[in-house]
Amino acid sequence: MAQPMVEVSHITMDFRMDKNRTTNLKEYVVNALTGRTNIAMFHALDDVSFTVEKGSVTGLIGHNGAGKSTILKVISGIYKPTSGTVTVHGRVVPMLELGSGFDAELTGRENILLNGAILGYPKAFLYSKLDEIIEYSELGDFIRMPLKTYSSGMLARLAFSIATVVKPDVLIVDEILSVGDEHFQRKSRARMMELMSGGTTVLFVSHNLAQLRQMCDRVIWIDHGKVRAAGDTQAVCDAYEEQA
Amino acid sequence: MKNHSIFRYGFLLEQLVKRNFNTKYRQSVLGVLWSFLNPMLTMAVQYIVFSALFQSDIAHFPVYLLSGIILFGFFNECVSLGMDSIVLNGPLITKVAMPKIIYPLSRSLSSLINLVISFVPLLAVMLFSGAPFSWALLLIPAVTALLFLFALGMTLILCTLNVFFRDTRFLWSVVSLLWTYATPIFYPISIIPPPWQPVFRLNPMYQFIDFLRTITIHGACPAPAQWGMCIACAVIPLAAGILIFRRNEDKFVFHL
Repeated sequence: MAQPMVEVSHITMDFRMDKNRTTNLKEYVVNALTGRTNIAMFHALDDVSFTVEKGSVTGLIGHNGAGKSTILKVISGIYKPTSGTVTVHGRVVPMLELGSGFDAELTGRENILLNGAILGYPKAFLYSKLDEIIEYSELGDFIRMPLKTYSSGMLARLAFSIATVVKPDVLIVDEILSVGDEHFQRKSRARMMELMSGGTTVLFVSHNLAQLRQMCDRVIWIDHGKVRAAGDTQAVCDAYEEQA
Repeated sequence: MKNHSIFRYGFLLEQLVKRNFNTKYRQSVLGVLWSFLNPMLTMAVQYIVFSALFQSDIAHFPVYLLSGIILFGFFNECVSLGMDSIVLNGPLITKVAMPKIIYPLSRSLSSLINLVISFVPLLAVMLFSGAPFSWALLLIPAVTALLFLFALGMTLILCTLNVFFRDTRFLWSVVSLLWTYATPIFYPISIIPPPWQPVFRLNPMYQFIDFLRTITIHGACPAPAQWGMCIACAVIPLAAGILIFRRNEDKFVFHL
């Protein structure tokens, strides 16, 4: 059996929801004085456990609000779970929303460095990859222009190039395999395939069952914050399709 | 990725400071000159307004003014820009995991660079007004470092509070205005009624400014008691800031 890359064990995630939506000090003080607190708990994840093996491609399915994105955020280290532990052996690159670390005033080249730094890559490594990223993005002379002059497709291409050229150990993807135009989509799909065969562990959320069946080694079905089924791609997809 | 060591993110810190610097100066004709001009213009105005009032009491009045303006200006800029650093980077914090202290820290470092630049006009004015140039000037980095730690501590406290309560910013604008007037920047502390003076001396900003003035106006090394006060004024707020920030940083993401 291959070694585990991501180990999720007994994750529970509760969100405190303040129904008064207190966002300022004045209201907070007034509420505290009058004893009007109105806090509800929302259990986004309830005792979720699974492991992702090294080099595997795992898909997450489930209806909207089932907790798929929450799981990805817990694994990425963005949310600290209420209880349970996540162990990741290696570097995670989350692609939860493309280009979230971009600065519109800076040029494409400067943004590659900034974005790479945000993902925690060291300086020397990024400079050595810079040309490769620029070439892969196919942005040409636009790389020296500020990002505010880019179209949304160009932005997506740049973000995808940064996230994948650096070859992360674990790539976390939330529904983004539709990047750029037809040409770049084909290229990005090929890139994903290349990463997968090259040892990158991929964890992704998708509602596109055909895509999941084609790409995944394993599928996990999340339902109301719990693991409803996990295992063979075709079997889980069939069960999900039947219920939906 | 559990190892969120700050040192692994040294390059990010460098990039963020560079970004703050570039975006500040990229679209201005005068560029870095602003860091000279701003304190100089403030000094010029205050000199014209207050020189008749205080000049006879204070030796090297322009140096006295500029020492206060530069240090307080740094503190003001550092805290008021830094307190928004977490909220403004919210879109990023909710998508990528990293040590969040990087945002207020990079913001404060950017202000520190401005402070260092603005020591150039201070030295020029010293030369012009005949203030003593002594070995004590070598202590400027010490007071700069202590003030920086104090400002960083305040920034950490306020940026944490600002995540949970967005009206912190408005509250702070009132507090900082009062703080400016309560600090002897353009007036001597001797005009404060004697029973109140000990209270005014508790103001950390007064301590730092007075430390700098001892160096620039008297050309002397500050007394041990003054060193003690400045160190305490730096270390205590910094420790409080780090503690408050660490206690709450995991909750930020739910409020952004």
